[in-house]
Amino acid sequence: MKIAVCIKRAADMETRFKIAANGMSVDETGVKFDIADFDGFAVEAALQLKEREGAGDVTVISMGPDTVQETLRKALSMGADKAVQLKTDAVPADALAIARVLADELEGGGYDLMLFGRMAIDAANQSVGPMTAELLGVPCVSAASQLTIANGRGTARRELEGAADVLEFPLPAVVTIDEGIARPRLPSLKGIMAAKKKPLEVKPAQVGESRVKVTKMELPPERTGGRIVGEGPAAVPELVRLLQTEAKVL
Amino acid sequence: MANTFAFVESRGGDLRRVGLESVTAARHLADATGGGDVHALVVGAPGIASKTEMIAAHGADVVEVVEHPGLALYSPEVVAATAADRIGAGSYRAAFFSASAQGRDLAPRVAAKLGVALGADVTAFEASGDAIIVRHPVNTGKVIATLSITGTPVLLSLRPGAVTAARAPRTARVEAIAPAMDPASARVVPKELLAGNTAKLDLGEAPVIVSGGRGLRAPENFKLVEDLASAFGNAAVGATRAVTDDGWRPHTDQIGQTGRLVSPDLYVACGISGAIQHLAGMRTSKTIVAINKDREAPIFKIADYGVVGDVLEVLPVLTDAVRKAKHSH
Ligand SMILES: Cc1cc2nc3c(=O)[nH]c(=O)nc-3n(C[C@H](O)[C@H](O)[C@H](O)COP(=O)(O)OP(=O)(O)OC[C@H]3O[C@@H](n4cnc5c(N)ncnc54)[C@H](O)[C@@H]3O)c2cc1C
Repeated sequence: MKIAVCIKRAADMETRFKIAANGMSVDETGVKFDIADFDGFAVEAALQLKEREGAGDVTVISMGPDTVQETLRKALSMGADKAVQLKTDAVPADALAIARVLADELEGGGYDLMLFGRMAIDAANQSVGPMTAELLGVPCVSAASQLTIANGRGTARRELEGAADVLEFPLPAVVTIDEGIARPRLPSLKGIMAAKKKPLEVKPAQVGESRVKVTKMELPPERTGGRIVGEGPAAVPELVRLLQTEAKVL
Repeated sequence: MANTFAFVESRGGDLRRVGLESVTAARHLADATGGGDVHALVVGAPGIASKTEMIAAHGADVVEVVEHPGLALYSPEVVAATAADRIGAGSYRAAFFSASAQGRDLAPRVAAKLGVALGADVTAFEASGDAIIVRHPVNTGKVIATLSITGTPVLLSLRPGAVTAARAPRTARVEAIAPAMDPASARVVPKELLAGNTAKLDLGEAPVIVSGGRGLRAPENFKLVEDLASAFGNAAVGATRAVTDDGWRPHTDQIGQTGRLVSPDLYVACGISGAIQHLAGMRTSKTIVAINKDREAPIFKIADYGVVGDVLEVLPVLTDAVRKAKHSH
């Protein structure tokens, strides 16, 4: 099976974010970056599918400046076979503009399965995977928390609010990966050495018009919590009083 | 003056609260831009047409209804094709979807079919000149982006709870329409809907969420969490990843960075430490209560009201008190 996984380089979400001086982006000084959470699950899912079949080929693709090469190398060190950087100085805020670049690359690539993370943990749009599928005209299941592939067909489970559903689809297809499938493995030393020799192709990305523009980034107001009502069951009457009279939720 | 479109989400023959929120949002935008009409679309198995009155009551001037026996379950390709058809046929300023599990699957498909931009998971919106300006939490809610989106229409998916569904009754024209493709020809085939094993209300709908963590010590103690939820009467049960990983609760209940994002009116965190990944999913709740035996637990830093104590002792007393408070009015 030939599998492509589209991955994004994203900031570590444990960062205490600061806003850059322009007021329109996050200050990246001192911030650690890695494969975005769900994209790591997608890489792991691809590797496990390949291992189960005992054959196949996993290509990881990332759009962005040269810093994404580090992210691609990490996926190669986990076990992906080759990597493609779609080079551009800046990733646009318009998910459809991103999807167009990825669809151009995936088109004609002969992939049976094209995986994405459910959403980029930083931009949080959860849009690029399904949009890419539409542009390619292939079936898509988004946010799969379970995935099985057999005889050219896939079965996926999606988590809904308080429920789940199960869908079937033919390959080739796009599937976006939710948590639940697989925790990404840590690269082994051998994997890291091997990754250095794996092919990483750099291609210019043709980024079209972006109709989504960031005009401002700001930190949300701090929650000023920290009020301890009391200790143990004895605190309950006061808590209930506050919920009724102050918060008015009871 | 331009018309606005709203997709009304349903599941199992019932409208979802988020579906009515999208109608209310469309009404707000139409009114704010000179009072155009709101056109709503609802899709389901035969019987869904009985919901049109409810949709009109929330401000729709036209309700387009697709009823088909093949659409009892959400069928992504059929619904996307139908919504794209309807939106493409009008000249809408904006089209609203829900940033729910279903809406986040549907809206990007429709945007790509129409070749228009999507503002995903927005918490606020307004028209400004030829753009729609939205707010969208990024970096797990630690940063808020303001985005300017152009084109017609602009598609928006609304974060659940960002707008409160409100009555604004209209005498709507109801139009029965056919799905844009035969459900039998869809490549992606919905096979079944697995209901969650928790309370009647689910995380996407409930104004109150009672959530449990490892501090409950054993899966059977979640009974205490469920009891408190049922005392509220309008509450759903949530959980941390520590608990869903251990199989104490289903994965669908997980709240956080890699689980569901929720913002109920009241969030009660029981035996939850308040790890940053958990906070990412619930920090926008309007009121937060925390019960934890460790005074230094990070959850207390964001809780409006904290109780330091053993959750196994506090919960039964709290459940009792809530039940009494509910009965007294
Ligand atoms: C990439 C990544 C993604 C993640 N995504 C998520 C996510 O989406 N959602 C999520 O929830 N977590 C997520 N996590 C995990 C997260 O980091 C925490 O491990 C998890 O939230 C902890 O769950 P907890 O609060 O139940 O358990 P713990 O951290 O073990 O906390 C238990 C708390 O219970 C208290 N306690 C113990 N006994 C009692 C008692 N008898 N009475 C009262 N209090 C008691 C303790 O003081 C403690 O504060 C993620 C982690 C990573 C690395």
